[in-house]
Amino acid sequence: MDSGAAGTLQDVVIVGAGVVGCAIAHELSRTGLRVALVERATEVGFGTSKANSGIIHGGHHASPDTLKGRLEWAGNQLWDGLCAELGFGFARVGELTVALAEDDEPALERLVRQAEEKGVPGVERWTREQVLAAEPALNPALVGAVHAPTTGVINPYEACFGLAESAVAGGVTLWTDCPVLALRPMRGPDDGWEVITPSATIATRAVVNAAGVAAGDIARMAGIEGVQLRPRKGEEYLLDKRLAGLVHRVIYPCPSPTSKGTLVIPTYDGTIMIGPTADLVDDPDDLTTSVSGADRILAAARRLVPGISERDVIAQFAGMRAVLDDEDFLIGPTEAPGFFNVAGIQSPGLTAAPAIARYVAALLGAAGFDTERVSAAQRVAPPVRFAHLDDAAQQALAADEPAHRRILCRCEMVTEGAVREAIARGAHTLDGLKFRTRAGMGRCQGGFCTDRCMAVLAAALDLPLTSVTKRGGDSWLVLDRSEPSS
Amino acid sequence: MIDARPHVLHDRYDVVVAGGGPAGLGAALAAREAGAERVLVVDREPEAGGILLQCIHAGFGLHHFGEELTGPEYAHRVLHEALDHGVDVLCDAYLMDLADGRAKLLSGEHGVAFVETGATVLAMGARERTRSAIRIPGDRPAGVFTAGLAQRLVNLRGVLPGRRVAILGSGDIGLVMARRLALEGVEVVGVFELLAHANGLARNIVTCLHDFDIPLHLSTTVVGIHGRDRVDHVTVAPVDEHLQPVLERQWEVPCDTLLISVGLIPENEISRQLRLRLDPVTQGPVVTSAMETSRDGVFACGNVVHIHDLVDYVSAEATVAGTSAGGYAIGHRPAADNVCLQAATNVAYCVPQTVSTHREHTVYLRVRRPLEQSTLRLSTPDGRVVHERKLRYVVPAEMVRLKLRPALLADFHGDALQVEVVAR
Ligand SMILES: Cc1cc2nc3c(=O)[nH]c(=O)nc-3n(C[C@H](O)[C@H](O)[C@H](O)COP(=O)(O)OP(=O)(O)OC[C@H]3O[C@@H](n4cnc5c(N)ncnc54)[C@H](O)[C@@H]3O)c2cc1C
Ligand SMILES: Cc1cc2nc3c(=O)[nH]c(=O)nc-3n(C[C@H](O)[C@H](O)[C@H](O)COP(=O)(O)OP(=O)(O)OC[C@H]3O[C@@H](n4cnc5c(N)ncnc54)[C@H](O)[C@@H]3O)c2cc1C
Repeated sequence: MDSGAAGTLQDVVIVGAGVVGCAIAHELSRTGLRVALVERATEVGFGTSKANSGIIHGGHHASPDTLKGRLEWAGNQLWDGLCAELGFGFARVGELTVALAEDDEPALERLVRQAEEKGVPGVERWTREQVLAAEPALNPALVGAVHAPTTGVINPYEACFGLAESAVAGGVTLWTDCPVLALRPMRGPDDGWEVITPSATIATRAVVNAAGVAAGDIARMAGIEGVQLRPRKGEEYLLDKRLAGLVHRVIYPCPSPTSKGTLVIPTYDGTIMIGPTADLVDDPDDLTTSVSGADRILAAARRLVPGISERDVIAQFAGMRAVLDDEDFLIGPTEAPGFFNVAGIQSPGLTAAPAIARYVAALLGAAGFDTERVSAAQRVAPPVRFAHLDDAAQQALAADEPAHRRILCRCEMVTEGAVREAIARGAHTLDGLKFRTRAGMGRCQGGFCTDRCMAVLAAALDLPLTSVTKRGGDSWLVLDRSEPSS
Repeated sequence: MIDARPHVLHDRYDVVVAGGGPAGLGAALAAREAGAERVLVVDREPEAGGILLQCIHAGFGLHHFGEELTGPEYAHRVLHEALDHGVDVLCDAYLMDLADGRAKLLSGEHGVAFVETGATVLAMGARERTRSAIRIPGDRPAGVFTAGLAQRLVNLRGVLPGRRVAILGSGDIGLVMARRLALEGVEVVGVFELLAHANGLARNIVTCLHDFDIPLHLSTTVVGIHGRDRVDHVTVAPVDEHLQPVLERQWEVPCDTLLISVGLIPENEISRQLRLRLDPVTQGPVVTSAMETSRDGVFACGNVVHIHDLVDYVSAEATVAGTSAGGYAIGHRPAADNVCLQAATNVAYCVPQTVSTHREHTVYLRVRRPLEQSTLRLSTPDGRVVHERKLRYVVPAEMVRLKLRPALLADFHGDALQVEVVAR
């Protein structure tokens, strides 16, 4: 982005602008430190952070003996404040972990116990009758459930955009399309690092490795072996908006030792999502969805909510968890001075992100960086959501601003004004627009709005249509008439 | 074209028509002719004409105008007929909501506006089914387009969707796009069709595929999309008699683009908002022979009701809907139907779903399976034959039209008729 910054010595370079890197950048933007956030994708949040269940976990799922268990509950409590400052939505809808058989009782008991140990309030057993009164769409064969009111849903990519936008407003330099290729220690062992990227070499006192599934690679660049991440893929399926309201709370089955199972999730945007699977894979970039994944998820979701049908699926995607052998987060300084790992951030990494950020800031403080709070976070205005406004507000907005008089995405009622605003705030790809405005996320999956959004993007960025991409890199969309064969 | 946008928007219209394709424009014209004074057509596009504007090939209008026109020519004609009869056509205006005789519009010229209306015609057309609707597994790279979107990109934006294109689905839009891209110098590596028979009009198979040596693979489907950023190849596999892919026999097709042409579904956002009764097969509203939906004063025609293969039939249906809506607005309720049509053997659906023994009707239906020599039969639910007609070759892709006259039903006194198409 700001290439002048390449020449300046940074205090901290954060590698990876997922929700974790963005949260750290946002946290550090409140200090006086010079911070750069470096991301190989073309926009922030395009890694695992855009492809998850969007749940802010209640806080009682992970054991208090683990780092992730402590950061989960701490993170949960930080999201309300962040959402208010950063203009994105968060709804504490609550969750139900549902027992379908008497054998599930011990699992329910464990959840209640864990909540008590961690001080998560309001977690309690519900009888079958209570559950069915609150969630009539659930399988009537259920025997009981645990209710946790602290669980919420957010839009994970909005969270990344909000955190990053606020961080940049607070002085952080953001470099996108900028893969870290190598790390080189500067002269003496305590002098910091050179971060080598195709566009520039950035000198910094410290490196924070928040590279998600690639964190092992970044660690190796610093000479640190042993950060062995196993990629564990999760497929998710999104259902048509007309099922909105089918369930009101996040619905969990009883957990097995290895997985929280397949959930039925009322997303913040009002659609229903079902998923995820949990399959170890070899290739951390393998984000394919599969027939078997779809079959398993649909079968599991239907066990919880029988009214779900495969005909309701409007989109599918997969995300990759970064899993260490002990299944915990690995956060801290390393034997390489000035190099900090934030690795193994699998579920509930989204929930924990703001707490991870505070934890990292404290570690930097302990390592001699001046992280005393000097300012409040930069506020970010919420994006315009035409569809959410009432008649009078829509009338006023359309009267003021002609760009709000045209619908570009008919499924989600996104106006051209909202698309222009998203571009002004940093979207420069079709997916970036989609995640910022929801254009293309509805039931027609971009059949209607793709060329319209491309045209607005091209005009606003002063590019030909042929330069517009889906998500950067080689994801070109259309060709010039003169180049059909190459 | 012309700027038909009315600069004055009245508070009240006799008839508001949602959608300015051939269905909406035809209905508006008929509503005027039936006596409605103020008729407003709204369309979200900058120009009226609907999907026809991107169908620049010829073959439209043989029935309706008695000559072969391109899509834009057909659209131009129906637009001018409507304008000449004093219809207001408001483009760049989105019908957002319709409740209790009040339409909520979002207009480029007028902003958010509300207009009262005596009757309404829904003519919003159709949307395309997507990759996700058929859940093709694999990666999610750029380069997967619905065929209609690709048609828009090529014909209206003047760009190409890729260099080597595979097409899933042998419906007419897919076939027309195969030819269109071949003419642009794009390599069309093949059309893949799940069913054992092609899904488009016979003439399109010949003029779009055979004439360009584009292979058609029947009983074959796409089982995987591969490519990180842009499509790199797709895998395809033959399917067995239950339409399940035989993965042992799959093969790779290198291409940078996959066009999905797997059918249209009525645009029923508004129909759902209005809680209209929907037909589970057509996925559009259930209509009477007056093209009235399950709500008084709300009429519908065109692809919003069921998917038509020829625009000429859309125009014919629009005339019925518009005549009824225009009449309704000046106080003539459409006469009630007294017979319910039931799709039976080898009939997927009938539209309208009800008819009257006292009037003449055109009933449209689609068969489920192709048949060489067949008979269309109307019978009572207990099996007594009421009327039979010989049909030639029938295929699901081509609608069957049945002219139902009172004379044919003179000896029929029940309230339900079964419609079937069986082998002779
Ligand atoms: C299916 C699924 C469902 C989940 N559901 C939930 C949930 O409901 N709640 C919850 O709390 N958690 C959930 N999680 C976990 C959560 O999504 C992750 O823990 C979180 O997103 C991790 O964020 P991150 O920033 O560490 O990783 P990422 O978002 O992957 O960010 C890492 C970034 O580093 C970048 N990068 C990598 N290498 C380089 C390089 N060399 N140079 C520059 N940049 C680089 C990547 O491009 C990427 O953007 C889920 C995960 C999955 C897979
Ligand atoms: C991609 C494609 C290609 C086709 N090719 C052929 C062909 O080659 N030959 C052939 O005979 N038929 C073809 N058809 C079939 C064609 O749809 C019909 O022949 C005919 O155009 C249908 O007319 P219609 O008026 O019902 O719908 P459309 O022509 O689709 O018109 C519907 C209109 O409603 C507008 N609209 C929808 N919702 C709203 C709203 N909420 N507010 C305001 N306006 C709205 C739309 O913008 C559109 O202009 C094709 C259809 C498609 C989708």
